[in-house]
Amino acid sequence: MTGPVQSLLAAMSSAGRAYALRTRRRRNLWRAFRSRHALRVVKDRSGTIGPGDILCFMSVRNEALRLPYFLDHHRKLGVDHFLIVENDSTDGTRALLAAEPDVSLWSTDASYKRARFGLDWVTWLQICHGHGHWCLTLDADELLIYPYWQTRSLPALTGWLADQGLPAMAAMMLDLYPEGPLSQAQSAAGDNPLTVLRWFDAGNYSLRVQERTGNLTIKGGPRARMFFTEDPRRAPTMNKIPLVFWNRRYTYVNSTHDMLPPALNAVYARGGGEQISGLLLHTKFLPEIIAKSAEEKDRKEHFTNSSLYDRYYDAVTADPVLHTAASEPLTSWRRLEALGLMSRGGWI
Amino acid sequence: MTVGFVMLCHTALDRAAQVARHWAERDCPVVIHVDRRVAAKPYAQLVADLADLPNVRFSGRHACEWGTWGIVAASQEAATVMLRDFAQVRHVFLASGSCLPLRPVEELRAYLNERPKTDFIESVTTEDVGWTVGGLDYERFTLRFPFSWRKQKWWFDTYVKLQRKVGFRRKIPAELVPHLGSQWWCLTRQTLSAILEHPERATIDRYFQKVWIPDESYFQTLVRQVSSTVESRSLTLSKFDFQGKPHIFYDDHLQLLRRSDCFVARKIWPDAVKLYGAFLSEDRSRQAVAEPNPGKIDRLFAKAVERRVKGRPGLYMQSRFPNENHENGRTAGPYSVFCGFAEVFETFEIWLSKASGTRVHGHLFAPDRVHFAGGETIYNGALSDNAKLRDYNPKSFLTSLIWNTRGERQCFQYGPADTQDLNWFMALDGNAQISVISGAWAVPLFHSNRNFGEIRREAARLQQVEQEFLNILRGPYTKARVRVWSLADFVENPMEPLQTIIDEIGPRQARRLTEAPRLIDLTGFGQFLQNLRNQGMQPVLMGDFPVGDDPAARSPRRGRPYLVK
Repeated sequence: MTGPVQSLLAAMSSAGRAYALRTRRRRNLWRAFRSRHALRVVKDRSGTIGPGDILCFMSVRNEALRLPYFLDHHRKLGVDHFLIVENDSTDGTRALLAAEPDVSLWSTDASYKRARFGLDWVTWLQICHGHGHWCLTLDADELLIYPYWQTRSLPALTGWLADQGLPAMAAMMLDLYPEGPLSQAQSAAGDNPLTVLRWFDAGNYSLRVQERTGNLTIKGGPRARMFFTEDPRRAPTMNKIPLVFWNRRYTYVNSTHDMLPPALNAVYARGGGEQISGLLLHTKFLPEIIAKSAEEKDRKEHFTNSSLYDRYYDAVTADPVLHTAASEPLTSWRRLEALGLMSRGGWI
Repeated sequence: MTVGFVMLCHTALDRAAQVARHWAERDCPVVIHVDRRVAAKPYAQLVADLADLPNVRFSGRHACEWGTWGIVAASQEAATVMLRDFAQVRHVFLASGSCLPLRPVEELRAYLNERPKTDFIESVTTEDVGWTVGGLDYERFTLRFPFSWRKQKWWFDTYVKLQRKVGFRRKIPAELVPHLGSQWWCLTRQTLSAILEHPERATIDRYFQKVWIPDESYFQTLVRQVSSTVESRSLTLSKFDFQGKPHIFYDDHLQLLRRSDCFVARKIWPDAVKLYGAFLSEDRSRQAVAEPNPGKIDRLFAKAVERRVKGRPGLYMQSRFPNENHENGRTAGPYSVFCGFAEVFETFEIWLSKASGTRVHGHLFAPDRVHFAGGETIYNGALSDNAKLRDYNPKSFLTSLIWNTRGERQCFQYGPADTQDLNWFMALDGNAQISVISGAWAVPLFHSNRNFGEIRREAARLQQVEQEFLNILRGPYTKARVRVWSLADFVENPMEPLQTIIDEIGPRQARRLTEAPRLIDLTGFGQFLQNLRNQGMQPVLMGDFPVGDDPAARSPRRGRPYLVK
């Protein structure tokens, strides 16, 4: 019998779910508010942010190698200001960032893991500075590309997204790797890491919808096939929503994989069409990952249940070859689109 | 005689000033209307920027919200100024602040001088337009629309529904026949003045103030009453996406815009430095005078709309994850599933690969690992042969495989011993060709060297699994091309089914099978089945194998070749 009682129950349970998500979002905001005490200002240039500026938020630790090229790449795309939390670095990251004219820098020694993997800090900065701006939230090893990125700036993209009534854009991580062992892919600070990390997996991704929040969960790529064959469930999630027209009441839930309120997770088409999406070229597998993995295995700061990932760290420390005969070389975004990894989604 | 431009501006006023200057300096008068919602400061800046030009005027300002009367009022007022102040103007060209001339003004002037009496305005009856957004075409003219579609959507919809329910219809005044068309026109002085000085203009204006999107219908309708030569097309290149929003042109569209041979294009991205630089500096004709031909680039726009609305069939990715049954093709291309063939024939995979010219895999869904063709451990798209990865999401595995190998048909073996998660998915997939020899799973058991009790248990299990699979395939919702033979029927005459399958895989080859795969030895199989029965299991799926009447003894190695037309 599907009577009024059942439909009432269904309505109540969906209302209950919505309320639970709302509570979660508000808890995240509260945590972010509390975490402001952990942040120490190093260089605050946020006064130079103008209306309509595109902002980039992130938290970093020991990324002096990647940051020069990272900043350069996103500056060229049209990011106007970077707001960065530096956590416990020992390699000169702080000095490097403080010297950049378009970076506002905060510093903290608090636990990355207990700050929801840095999200609490970033959310606080977004509450303070992100409202009413298009905001990119990235990691230092991610380079955003999108359809036409070489000829059209970010303001062209965000302007089009706004015209289309889209508040956010998806960009999946694409793990890049060198042709030989990881240790071979030497790259100096400021160099383009894409000259040595030239390969990727084109078509081994698993997709699922999380019914509760409506976001996709994409797993796969070289890390899944090399390090998580015993337990694919623990393989890293690849989908992200890095570009959002921010409101101070928004929060990311789990890295930038999913958001609250859940309507923001609808960055993909469910009726058969395609929505626009970009890619985050993931430069994780530079040679320093080998030393870093050994360190992170001891620090236990990157996963909720860190000991489960010891095998992964060990495997990376062993300097593996991720390249296979079926790997695809990185060429143009049009090739990436033709392979079905990103889409222009009606943008001409 | 010359052409005058009426420009409706609301953003990027610096670009509008640049274009206005371009036209004015080339002896084309310009009348600019600036949206009333633009702040005083930028407006004053625009006026100051153009103060040195004697043939630029500014007209009275109206608020131009999309789809409202304001746009028509602004056009009317600016056009009146144009006709009053510039007697040498014969054609008036309506443009927006984000328009960009693609060809030298001289060419446009020459083009219009050759057609002094022609009005260029897209004007189509409501029955003939396919592009109206919101499903309202004729009702635009018979209902009232006091609410904003963008800002008061609920009120707009509710009021439309209410009027439909009540049966309210407005009377169309002055014997007008409603026409629709692009907002951007180029009209002659005669036509335009006849519209502006229409004897019933007050009535007509009052009527159109409550028509929905009057800027797409006011001039388009009236022109039919007063003009003798209407050329129903716009001289402005303007393309719309699936939501009815105009496409924007960027720097990388330079060649595309050149190719169109249109005189003016909109909308141009204000920061398209290259476009503005290139087109505003071009004064010399590049070639012989060509007809504007937006059709040359139409395909591109049609493809973009299709990509947005329908997507690429069989692709599942971060932009596209269709709900079940909205896939527009569950998989990217046709593929073939063979159940029981590898069990019945020796070296079936090699034979099939040769006979059909396709890629033939082993059991892709085997419990131990993925048996890719040629024993590969990594396949196209870097698909791994790891069974756990595959079973974590079998649907993604199969759709990825078919997507990664588009252009090359995939065939694979399948059976009741494999992971069964995709039975429904494949049955409902129109791209799947599923051929089943039911009961063939018993042949490897028959040849195996296992204890009979174990064989009996395994046979019972496999029979149950296959029975469930067959039930799905025989269900009313199946879209796959399904063929099922019992083992007994199949070995009786194996060539005819094989020929049918091969023909369907490659219809163009249409060649006769000359070499048949070799049937496996089935001597004693009838007795084997009888033994199973004696042990209390009931083998039913393989059909009727009488004890002692061994098919291998009866049928020769080469079945009779058979051509199915």
